[in-house]
Amino acid sequence: MLKFLLSRLLTFLPTFFGVTLISFAFIRALPGDPIIVMAGERGITEERHAELVRQFGFDRPIWEQYLDYLWGVMQGDLGQSFVTKKPVWDEFFALFPATLELSVCAMAFAVLLGLPAGVIAAVNRGKFFDRALMSTALVGYSMPIFWWALLLIIVVSGWLQWTPVSGRISLMFFFPQPTGFMLIDSLISGEKGAFASAVQHLILPTVVLGTIPLAVIARQTRSAMLEVLSEDYIRTARAKGLGPFGINGVHALRNALIPVVTVIGLSVGTLLAGAILTETIFSWPGIGKWMVDSIFRRDYPAVQGGLLLIAVIVMIVNLTVDVVYGFINPRIRKG
Amino acid sequence: MVDASNLPASAGAKRPGQLSEFWRYFKENRGAVIGMWVFAAFVAVAVLADLIAPHDPIVQYRDHLLQPPFWVEGGSWEFPLGTDAVGRDMLSRLLHGARFSFYVGVVVVAFAASGGIVIGLLAGFAPKWVDTLIMRVMDIILAFPSLLLALVLVAILGPSLTNAMIAIAIVLQPHYVRLTRASALSERSKDYVTAARVAGASKLRLMFITVLPNCLSPIIVQGALSFSTAILDAAALGFLGMGAQPPTPEWGTMLAEAREFILRAWWVVTFPGLAILVTVLAINLMGDGLRDALDPKLKRS
Repeated sequence: MLKFLLSRLLTFLPTFFGVTLISFAFIRALPGDPIIVMAGERGITEERHAELVRQFGFDRPIWEQYLDYLWGVMQGDLGQSFVTKKPVWDEFFALFPATLELSVCAMAFAVLLGLPAGVIAAVNRGKFFDRALMSTALVGYSMPIFWWALLLIIVVSGWLQWTPVSGRISLMFFFPQPTGFMLIDSLISGEKGAFASAVQHLILPTVVLGTIPLAVIARQTRSAMLEVLSEDYIRTARAKGLGPFGINGVHALRNALIPVVTVIGLSVGTLLAGAILTETIFSWPGIGKWMVDSIFRRDYPAVQGGLLLIAVIVMIVNLTVDVVYGFINPRIRKG
Repeated sequence: MVDASNLPASAGAKRPGQLSEFWRYFKENRGAVIGMWVFAAFVAVAVLADLIAPHDPIVQYRDHLLQPPFWVEGGSWEFPLGTDAVGRDMLSRLLHGARFSFYVGVVVVAFAASGGIVIGLLAGFAPKWVDTLIMRVMDIILAFPSLLLALVLVAILGPSLTNAMIAIAIVLQPHYVRLTRASALSERSKDYVTAARVAGASKLRLMFITVLPNCLSPIIVQGALSFSTAILDAAALGFLGMGAQPPTPEWGTMLAEAREFILRAWWVVTFPGLAILVTVLAINLMGDGLRDALDPKLKRS
């Protein structure tokens, strides 16, 4: 087991350095003088230019710049935002809870609907339910989610007036946010209606962001269930007189869950990519919207830091999934 | 350049009957056949857009701003699907949009697949350290969420459809590398490859002529899947303002322009997205059918 852990860590480290190398190269790959590019139409004075050259270290050899950058990264120093002048690290983690809250809700939505859908489809293989569910899943899987978001806004927010169009909570509420998670903060604030408002704001973004993972989980659950259902022990379970719930729910699903759990873990990258679109459309103040805004504001230190942090988060989650998978399934460890 | 679109044909022609066997499995899947026909229609529209579009896609008819489709009150047959906020014919823009999406799909898949195949074969045949190096680099690319990396690449290169395609091709390439390498490694130790090597085949011949044709099945399936991913991602980048620029009638860009009118004119939002969905769905249906028909493990099940 220790050997397995070490081997995973050994592949993690080079990837981590590669990712830092890419985010380091990002600002330097900009065509022309990166400082002038960042300044854009605002323009820049001679002194400020010289000061920034020093601050970014552009006047030193490239390897020295990289080692410097790496040293900074290790200490959580990702530089300063070009626009707000605040540390990128602080900006990122101030907004991260919003994205995390949305992602967790989207994933819960996807799992709660996707697992039963997959099981029902597998049990009714080839019948109407299976076809209907899997066709729906394929539509969801093919969905341009930015359009899906606009459609839901037209119907649910526009025609039915059920949910607000943007933001995390109605502007009439104002309370301290110790955790950064609006659902929790609004509950402990004790303000009447705050929690309901937070939930209402969450519904559409959750559905939009959860749609593709939902489709993927339903399809994966179905195929994993089909594989398991043809195993001998299922026949044994059936022969000893177990009812359909005992067979499907207890014996089959438990084993079918292993590949499904992997898919759920690996969807984190999909979620963060989806968050870019979802947050932009719903003006959700998370890191996805922040990345897009930073790109448009030419706030390249922020983009650079965000790129690195998002990649590292995805890598850590993938590593965790890998290790957990090794615990659940001993066959992997040997491989 | 090893053109990906040429490969399936040569692989199919090698053994007579292989193609008809493939077709027998493929046509059993009704969804896949429907997907294929929709895709064929999409290709036809893409090719013939100039001929069948009733209007020029970027001409603005200033007397017909935000005119609804013909079946809604106030609509007319002159603009069957209505007009957008500056009076351009929606139908013509949608038809021309098919051309851009098709172009994106073909170019991205051709580049990602040809690059990925060459690198993947190299990894499969090169010494261990080269293999490790290549796979680490691919891991690094895959560590970034694909849309985010594409977005950042476009931020470096500057927003345009061409740069969006380059970015998407780079992001999709590692999948081909992994697939090709995995099949090459499993094929490499088989007897026919040893036989070819003993007979004196050069390394290049072994890679491209002996082994590659037998690695193609998963690559073809991946080709279909990444065709739809390319269309989706290009539309997403267009939607974010980082892909094709207005007034190009690209579907994602059209959606971005339509955003402020969503509560006033549903048709400017509905149709471009529907076009993306139908196209991507058709390709995914076809991809599922291809996988079932080409994957020997799933056959007969």
